[in-house]
Amino acid sequence: MFAYLVRRIAAIVPTLIFVSMLIFGLQQLLPGDPAVVLAGEDRDPTVVAYLRQKMHLDEPLPVRYVYWIKGVLHGDLGESLRMQKPVRELILEKLPVTIELAAFAMVIALLIGVPMGILSAVKRNTAWDYAANAVALWGLSTPNFWLGIMLILLFSVTLGWLPASGFVSPFEDLQANLAALVMPAFVLGNAIAAVLMRHTRSAMLQVLSSDYVRTARAKGLSERGVILKHALRNALIPVITLGALELGTLLSGAVLTEQVFTIPGFGKLIVDAVFNRDYAVVQGVVLFTATAYIVLNLLADIAYVVVNPQIKVQ
Amino acid sequence: MPPREDALPAPLDTPRVSPRSHAFRRLLRRSGAALGVVVIAIVVTVAILAPVVAPYDPLATSWSAIRKAPSAAHWFGTDEIGRDVLSRVIWGARASLLAGVVAALISLSIGVPIGLLAGYAGGKTDMLISRLTDAVLACPFLILAIALAAFLGPSLTNAMIAIGVSATPVFIRLTRGQTLAIKAEDFVLAARAIGNPPWRIALVHVLPNVVPALIVQATLAIAAAVIAEASLSFLGLGQQPPAPSWGSMLNTAKNYMDNAPWMAIWPGLSIFVLVLSFNLVGDGLRDALDPRHT
Repeated sequence: MFAYLVRRIAAIVPTLIFVSMLIFGLQQLLPGDPAVVLAGEDRDPTVVAYLRQKMHLDEPLPVRYVYWIKGVLHGDLGESLRMQKPVRELILEKLPVTIELAAFAMVIALLIGVPMGILSAVKRNTAWDYAANAVALWGLSTPNFWLGIMLILLFSVTLGWLPASGFVSPFEDLQANLAALVMPAFVLGNAIAAVLMRHTRSAMLQVLSSDYVRTARAKGLSERGVILKHALRNALIPVITLGALELGTLLSGAVLTEQVFTIPGFGKLIVDAVFNRDYAVVQGVVLFTATAYIVLNLLADIAYVVVNPQIKVQ
Repeated sequence: MPPREDALPAPLDTPRVSPRSHAFRRLLRRSGAALGVVVIAIVVTVAILAPVVAPYDPLATSWSAIRKAPSAAHWFGTDEIGRDVLSRVIWGARASLLAGVVAALISLSIGVPIGLLAGYAGGKTDMLISRLTDAVLACPFLILAIALAAFLGPSLTNAMIAIGVSATPVFIRLTRGQTLAIKAEDFVLAARAIGNPPWRIALVHVLPNVVPALIVQATLAIAAAVIAEASLSFLGLGQQPPAPSWGSMLNTAKNYMDNAPWMAIWPGLSIFVLVLSFNLVGDGLRDALDPRHT
């Protein structure tokens, strides 16, 4: 197991290096002199000179990358020109909001997706199965920003039950916090529920046709016991690990959801940065999300091996 | 020397059906997929005939018709500066379809050759390409597309490039995986044994066998690209105003939900219907082209 861990961790190093090169390379897409572009509309010569020196623009590209990655490894993701703050500080400030939203969304996705997948597999080729598949297809095809707008229209504008936008910290007012997050979390969890439903369905179908389930039925166990105690436990292993890989969907979705519901999180940070031409923030956010995704992937892989002793580590 | 296949007499009572038309028939037998094909055909026709079928100029403003509810004159109502929503939805179909198809073509044209190279060459080439692919896949699709669109500058063309490039790794992985499986087949080994050069084996023997999986993925990629284009336009990074796009229409509409909800309903419904149709066709194609998948 230890050797597997070391090998698995070693394998992500080249990926991380390539990710950093890719994100550093984004700067090269800027038309013209990066220092002038990054200095904003004012193009203040002092700022341009400062940026030129800070970004080592007179040096060759590989040297600039080494300077940049050294800073990143020391936790320096650059500085937001618009907000006059280190990017790292901005990310850490906004991250808890997005984490809460993402966690809430994941709970909703699990609560909808897993039972729907079980039902669909157990009642295969019945109206329940077709309905569950239709709901999953609906989840995969609905643009979440539109769903958000429609929910606001129904629950905020028409019924007046929930706030249309904004965010309240759970430490200030938990009830207001939940009221503000329930719609965005549902919107965000909706697409992931569809993916989880499909994973659960196919895992359950596989498990339900296995020998040990047939044995459990032959022993005279109730169908409910067979499904919940025997089949589901094993079917959930790939579902949970595959669910962890949905982090990318969650973060991408958060960008739009936070924009629709005006939630001051990570997604709104990158969108605002794009419009403020605050490129260091854009780079910092992409680098952070990619690293988080790689690390979570690693944890999911490890969890998969830990919870499933059948997998022989090669 | 074995007889040529075409020299053999065809059985009299069995109509000769090519695998492709057989798969197409299987696709159309699935009601969901058939419905998807019909809807896509309608949307494509409407988009092509937009100048003829749109009742109004999509850019024409009318100060006397600001935020008018749906009526006989304006079936989908009007927007905040009196433009006809139906006409804008019809013209917006062009941006969505164009973005979906062009982005998928960009992904295919970059991803397939690279995936073929990685899978066929193997060794260090494969390792390098796979690590690079992992790196791009590590960046969440939409976040990468937003970053690319931000650095390239906001426009529909740049949005299509950003979406196409961001979706490329999926095609690299798919082509690589399929190539690895196919290159171990007997017919490929035979082609190699008779002295075919590697490029010929890859293009003539391997690639045609990857195509079915690529068609399925491309259909699903168009669906994802339509949503991605709408998302980027919603954020202001895609089609620029006043040109109509479903995403940018929704962006404006969210400011007028209190008094003009129709502005948000129709463009969103259009995205949903188009994406659903592509997903239905994608699922249907997967089942039709791979009989093991049920």
